Amino acid sequence: MAHPHAPQPVQVRFLTPGVAVLLLLAAAGLAVVAARVFLGIGAVTNLSDQYPWGLWIGVDVAGGVALAAGGFTTAALGHVMHRERYHALVRPALLTAMLGYTFVAMGVCIDIGRWYYIWHPIFMWNGNSALFEVGICVTIYLNVLYIEFLPVVTERFIGRVDLPGALSRLNGFVDRGLRLLERGLSSTMSFFIIAGIVLSTLHQSSLGTLMVIAGPKMHPLWQTPVLPLLFLLSAISVGFPMVILESLLASRSLGLEPEMDLLSRIGRMTAPLLGVYLAFKLGDMFIRETFVHLARLDFPAVMFMVEVFFGIVVPLRLFLSEEARRSKAGLFTAAALAVGGVLLNRVNNFIVAYTPPFSFGRYVPSPGEVVVTVGFVSLLVLLYRAAVLVFPVISLPSRPRAPRTKYAVRG
Amino acid sequence: MKRLDRRSFLKCAAAAGAGVLGAPCPEAQARTRPAPAPERGGVLVDTTVCIGCRGCEWACKEAHGLPTPPRQAYEDATPFERLRRPDAGALTVVNRTAGAGPGGLPAFVKAQCMHCDHPACVSACIVGALVKQDDGSVVWDTDRCIGCRYCMVACPFQVPAFEWKKALQPRIMKCDFCAPRRAEGKLPACVENCPVEALTYGPREELVRVARSRVKNHPERYAEAVYGEREVGGASWLYLSARDGAGIGLPALGPDPAPGVSESIQHGIFAYFVPPVALYSLLGLLMWDAKRPAGRDGEG
Ligand code: SF4
Ligand code: SF4
Repeated sequence: MAHPHAPQPVQVRFLTPGVAVLLLLAAAGLAVVAARVFLGIGAVTNLSDQYPWGLWIGVDVAGGVALAAGGFTTAALGHVMHRERYHALVRPALLTAMLGYTFVAMGVCIDIGRWYYIWHPIFMWNGNSALFEVGICVTIYLNVLYIEFLPVVTERFIGRVDLPGALSRLNGFVDRGLRLLERGLSSTMSFFIIAGIVLSTLHQSSLGTLMVIAGPKMHPLWQTPVLPLLFLLSAISVGFPMVILESLLASRSLGLEPEMDLLSRIGRMTAPLLGVYLAFKLGDMFIRETFVHLARLDFPAVMFMVEVFFGIVVPLRLFLSEEARRSKAGLFTAAALAVGGVLLNRVNNFIVAYTPPFSFGRYVPSPGEVVVTVGFVSLLVLLYRAAVLVFPVISLPSRPRAPRTKYAVRG
Repeated sequence: MKRLDRRSFLKCAAAAGAGVLGAPCPEAQARTRPAPAPERGGVLVDTTVCIGCRGCEWACKEAHGLPTPPRQAYEDATPFERLRRPDAGALTVVNRTAGAGPGGLPAFVKAQCMHCDHPACVSACIVGALVKQDDGSVVWDTDRCIGCRYCMVACPFQVPAFEWKKALQPRIMKCDFCAPRRAEGKLPACVENCPVEALTYGPREELVRVARSRVKNHPERYAEAVYGEREVGGASWLYLSARDGAGIGLPALGPDPAPGVSESIQHGIFAYFVPPVALYSLLGLLMWDAKRPAGRDGEG
């Protein structure tokens, strides 16, 4: 607590013009979700018997899980390796992961035909199914993330419980409860942190196993038995770039100075991780001799090349350069490309690569599907902003600590 | 040579995948899938006999309570002008492939669920809503299904369809091999209604023998391979045709069961929970070690 960089709530206004735009986008997304609930999936999507999975599975679910990988990679760095200086990055990454997985769960809910049966996999098991494994791991991990975030909540409210009106008589009671909870949590937190990392490695790789069963329905550039390994390696390599990206964006929007020193350090650590991913990706291509498909220069071939070149090679080169790592622009570009590359990889695996034997025209996401995805991302950004305003998530090195009394004023 | 390479590559891949997660996976290779019941039923579709009357389409809809025009409406040949697939409103459809029948005549090919011996849909289903029964049928359980459509992604024959327009209780729709009718001792509706006996119902293993002997006795009429005998590990439904499967518009598939690779990866990663537990212990040790004062980050 006496740490000079202790995280604290950011003190800025919630509503800005940018926030208003996000609110509108989120509202539009929720309106389409309502249409999907009342009219069925067919009414708002371009999905068909030929293309049963589309944008929501590719981006909201698979992309969302990959991009929330910052949670377990920073937890490994900050807690398992116990590098204290990186602790400033752990909470923001944890918050992103928690919100990210919440939206993955929401994405699954609207995509499955019978959303009210979402609980079925908890009781009806099929151990052969990769999807079952992903579902169970993500469910448990989501709860672990909430538990990992609880200390932030107790820290915010202990000693500051101030219930309104008649409820204020309960203040002391709630406060005692929070203290008890905090004590319990701090003695068991290591268990949850490691569980979170194990669960992440499991479902990040099983997400890759998902498409293996589609066999020849998947383009050979992507269909490989090492898919789970590629998914895991790419998730590990995208964790830090995601933290960099979100840290630069958040500090800009909240008017803070980013922790450039820390960010360029994790940028340097990203380089070997991206290198390993690239090596396996190319190695797999050469062992299976799938490069012949690149010569066709058709849509999948171009997508594959864009994914590997702009999504892995270029950011790898940038992360290796001291100069790029020192500048905000360089770091931002490198991180954005790496994040975009993994997102594109998930889109490629789940949408572009899917070529069923009987097809009546390609699948292109409908406007409704896009509006929902954009709306969910907007909602996520809004919740992130609200959370860092209310809870002690972000460390503010360049500012004097706000006096304690200010917390009590905030709602 | 090529095959061998691919196989050893698969093994390395599964081992590497499990290795990353902390432990070797002796179980992955050892597991064997349950053999399908030897007495399971099947249907032999002789596409060289089929006249394209689409009586099976009508009978199927009648038997499954799906809306259908009267029987006479099926004499209309315009549906043959484009390729059709089974969907939520028709669990079986007949397609015409020009010039692919005996003597250059068109071939009429009925499409429906193949009732695989090692069904990808059954392996994939997140809640086990799809089951391969001893009578050969692969059936779907509405009380379990969550509508995730992974079965549709997995099926190598691209068969299961979904009720896209329904907001509540949308169903996965596919041929159920008339399991309820057969339980009452009746024939599958399509088989019963075929006027030219293009469809033969019986024990699958016997149908394989029948098919092989027809090929042997009439080599001028039939292509060598019986489609469905080996494809993705074999299926309850079998096809005889003048050209091979690809020639009459059926997917060209190898002999390995469709769920094989994904299941061995799955079991490799989980192998009695050894890899996850090993990884957990390893991380715990690392954490404990890093937290000792001597192990602390000196610069921090
Ligand atoms: S054809 Fe498809 S739906 Fe039918 S049993 Fe095989 S995998 Fe399942
Ligand atoms: S849609 Fe239903 S039957 Fe198909 S895999 Fe999902 S839960 Fe199983």
